[in-house]
Amino acid sequence: MSLDILNLTDRTPTEEARRQVEICNACRYCEGYCAVFPAITKQRAFADGDITQLANLCHNCRGCYYACQYTAPHEFDLNLPGILAEVRQDSWDRYAWPGAFAGAFQRKGTPIALALIVGLALLFLALTALRPASGEGFYAYLSHGGMVAIFAPAFLLPLVAIGIGLRRYWAEVGGQRITFAHLRDAVAATANMRNLGGGQGQGCNFEAGDRYSNQRRVAHQLVMYGFLLCFASTSSGTVLHYGFGLEAPYGLFSLPKLLGLPGGFLLTIGAGWLIRLKLQSDRDLGAASAWGGEVAFVLLLGLTGLTGLALYAATGTALVGPLLAIHLGTVLTFFLTTPYSKMVHGFYRLAALIRDAQVRL
Amino acid sequence: MTDNTTTWDVVIVGGGNAALCAAIEAAEAGASVIILEGAPLDYRGGNSRHTRNFRCMHSGPLSVLTDRYEEDEYFDDLLRVTKGETDENLARMTIRTSETCLPWMEKQGVRFQPSLSGTLSLSRTNAFFLGGGKALVNAYYNRAADLGVAVRYEAQVKHVDIQNGVFGGVDCEIAGQPTRINGKVVVLASGGFQADLDWLARAWGPAAKNFLIRGTPYNRGVVLKDMLDQGAESVGDPTQCHAVAIDGRAPKYDGGIVTRLDCVPFSVVVNRHGQRFYDEGEDVWPKRYAIWGRLVAAQPDQVAYSIIDSKSIDAFMPSVFPPIQADTIEGLGQQLGISGSVLKETVDKFNEACRPGTLRGNELDGLATDGIEPPKTNWARPITEPPFYGYELRPGVTFTYLGLKVDDTARVTGEGGRMSNVWAAGEIMAGSILGQGYLAGFGMTIGTVFGRIAGREAAAYVA
Repeated sequence: MSLDILNLTDRTPTEEARRQVEICNACRYCEGYCAVFPAITKQRAFADGDITQLANLCHNCRGCYYACQYTAPHEFDLNLPGILAEVRQDSWDRYAWPGAFAGAFQRKGTPIALALIVGLALLFLALTALRPASGEGFYAYLSHGGMVAIFAPAFLLPLVAIGIGLRRYWAEVGGQRITFAHLRDAVAATANMRNLGGGQGQGCNFEAGDRYSNQRRVAHQLVMYGFLLCFASTSSGTVLHYGFGLEAPYGLFSLPKLLGLPGGFLLTIGAGWLIRLKLQSDRDLGAASAWGGEVAFVLLLGLTGLTGLALYAATGTALVGPLLAIHLGTVLTFFLTTPYSKMVHGFYRLAALIRDAQVRL
Repeated sequence: MTDNTTTWDVVIVGGGNAALCAAIEAAEAGASVIILEGAPLDYRGGNSRHTRNFRCMHSGPLSVLTDRYEEDEYFDDLLRVTKGETDENLARMTIRTSETCLPWMEKQGVRFQPSLSGTLSLSRTNAFFLGGGKALVNAYYNRAADLGVAVRYEAQVKHVDIQNGVFGGVDCEIAGQPTRINGKVVVLASGGFQADLDWLARAWGPAAKNFLIRGTPYNRGVVLKDMLDQGAESVGDPTQCHAVAIDGRAPKYDGGIVTRLDCVPFSVVVNRHGQRFYDEGEDVWPKRYAIWGRLVAAQPDQVAYSIIDSKSIDAFMPSVFPPIQADTIEGLGQQLGISGSVLKETVDKFNEACRPGTLRGNELDGLATDGIEPPKTNWARPITEPPFYGYELRPGVTFTYLGLKVDDTARVTGEGGRMSNVWAAGEIMAGSILGQGYLAGFGMTIGTVFGRIAGREAAAYVA
């Protein structure tokens, strides 16, 4: 900890994080909690890129905060999960492309709500303007060509933006060529979310303060696997459509439905659960400045699942038209805001895990 | 003074490891228990919140502990550091009981982790707490809450009411309000007196005012003094405290583990007159850091300076504050506030006395100086490569030795013999076993063993 910055209040989040990390490196009591502390002990000095990497590696499990003998009112005033969350938010702003959108949907809930309204309006408009003369199922409301025209760019453009951001991240943290072993390690860590496991599977310290709990870990995985199942469902539909000439609507025992239905349920339940836990947790131990944006993002994600389920439930009724517009509008908003919302954490977290594997393996 | 009409089965004075172990044992046995913790919630747990491990006997691999560590070896280690200032029966009982404590701790929610980086030498003897001592304290408070134990924070006990050798209650202030807490028995687990600098100064002389206190500011020995005033039998040297050399820029209180400095074996250490005063390479640092507290305390103004060059800066655990840095020895001396020319002379003399050879940091390498007083008998490598670095050292007090004499049931002895309903556990009685020196993790062992005994005995008494 640098003495010369001990009493300044105008230090940047990265400088403040460096001050705290240097205290942690002299203590090391938290080594067993997560990947962040073993990474800290490998170094003595921390460049800005090192701090960025640690910030994105941190899963905000908060075990270290509740175990720390140096939290306020102690004069060392440690709150590592809080400051790393702020550094993390800042880093996503810095890497965002185009820069004009940096932070647009991260910090506050209102922009996400506005984006959703615009997204819904666009889809209602599209359904009115582009209504095909004939078609089955959804395609009676919006032709396949119309859907592709809207969603192909809405899916691909954000991916390009995220790709550019990731390249910037990789350069800043000094990442090297990625091998299969690095990927396998990082994907395994994501698959079981071991960094929310408290190091021994007892869970993290989120909604229950200094008691360990696995609720957040489980809720997060419901959302993640639910999302992946929904994504797989859409992908399988695309493959069936183009590869086998099998067009929607698909029956209950088709691949898109078998993947999409459980996916929708997991996503919806998980998102609701995550929000409940978030309401019970201490805001100051996360990125306090981004609380609204995070909640709005989880709501939006949950809404993609819920509207999808509602749409399926309404099959054959007059509600299909408006529910289709609502569901597709929600999905459109989700896709377009992805590079600039909390959703981007998944990409940077995976990158940080890969980088961590490179350092460890 | 408000009179609390409740009479608790067991009143526990203090809120650290020993107090919590006693509370849990007593509550598990069905007693109604109240913990009076002097600190506010944020600082609860006494010195236990700064600890990191527990020294544990084991006859085979146990939890995170490797190999085995048996009674005789453990006792020999204790004998070596205390130079015989121990009670063999109590010590051996403590050591034997430690083996059953570890599974009990895990059952209460305490989690262990493998030995921390930089502490591999302890992986066989000491079980490290996941997250450190505060995580252990949190686990115990949660367990105590689940058992229905009442906890009062900012509850400063002023007087233990003992009439004719029988305890009746305590007079305390809870959040500033005078309060009487009545109980059938009491467990005293309120620590030593090391945070009371006036007391330390009476024992040590005025130099003690310059000491830093590594742990909690709440261990002021009020209960210990009250008990001694009432004729409780004491044990341990009243003038002595355990002190180590720490970073001189550490906070006055509560700096804890991060203020340690492991640079001494790689350095020359001078006093404020720029003169060396002791063999910096006498033994490996874990075996020597304790004596350096005393050595520095004996120097003018209780301060010393450890000087290294760039060859050694990465050879030890990172410090919490960066070292003072300069391109010349003279410049370093000036920045440290000592005479640059005298420091240069001292370092030059040291460098000339060094002999060729390879420094091996992890062992006694015999790389000794030739022809200077005091010699440096290991790791003597010339200090020649700029930049040069300096750390200010001051004595950091860890704990005091004076305590209450207890027997193997943790009962306190008064003027009229063994008291029927007063027990003591933790630092307040540790001097019974650890009369001198220190053995890493042994304080937590004493606290756990005696806390559990006191809790069980207390509950059995009221049952």
